Amino acid sequence: MEPLYQQLSIYLGVAAFLLAAGIFGLIRRRTLVGMLIAGELIFAAAALNFLALNRFVAPDRVTGQVAVLFILGLAAAEVCIGLSIVIAVYRNYRSIQTKTLSDLSG
Amino acid sequence: MNPFPGAELVMNLAFGLAVLATAAGALIAVLSRRLIRGVCGLALSCFGLAGLFYYLHSPFLALMEILVYVGAVCVTIVFAVMLAEPDEPPRTDAERGPAGAAWTGAALVLSLAVGYGITRLGVSHPWIRVAEPTHEGTLPEIGIALLTTYSMAFETISLVLVVAILGAVVIARHGRTQP
Repeated sequence: MEPLYQQLSIYLGVAAFLLAAGIFGLIRRRTLVGMLIAGELIFAAAALNFLALNRFVAPDRVTGQVAVLFILGLAAAEVCIGLSIVIAVYRNYRSIQTKTLSDLSG
Repeated sequence: MNPFPGAELVMNLAFGLAVLATAAGALIAVLSRRLIRGVCGLALSCFGLAGLFYYLHSPFLALMEILVYVGAVCVTIVFAVMLAEPDEPPRTDAERGPAGAAWTGAALVLSLAVGYGITRLGVSHPWIRVAEPTHEGTLPEIGIALLTTYSMAFETISLVLVVAILGAVVIARHGRTQP
């Protein structure tokens, strides 16, 4: 039997767990920063999936690593924009709870 | 004959530690009430993830994960926590009641369903392993690929980052003089 770290299914399982935790946090968190943290977990799950399949299944092992580099860049950009929106919202509402941001709700 | 008899055990232990750190960090990041602990959980999860990347033969990406996620993303979130609110607000009576419990239960059911479905899909699919890849994915090969095959995507991502930074400055600076 292969050692644990050579088994693709373990990596896929960990990635699915990260995705599940991220979705749970995204729904349940009541502040914007908490939701942003949960979103980062989802990005991490995608990166792990890319790299695991790249290592075991892809014939060209450069592709997945480049894709993960792009995911890292996109995650950084997302955090950058998200946090500046958080700061702007906090300045206007004195709160970052998702509940208070309901001006447009009927 | 293996020159280092305990090598396999050490490798397995380190791998287990990485998986454990990833999972525990994710749980802390999602469940803790204080946001700063959530950020620490995210950092722990990213350290574990970097370990997993190392086991996937990508030491460069493991270092980038620590550098970008722990070094940049987590520190930025810490700044946002300092500038805004440090905690999740305490639950009101309405949120403690059946409606809040139903919401939490719905979130739990949905995330468990997604996680179970994707795990099942990944485990049951008959993946065909590639024994002899055309490229091993070493660092020089990544560099060459970034500047040849993926040069367009590379330039686009740098443009996205520049626009994101400029946009962040514009959004966060607006209305700074108002009380």
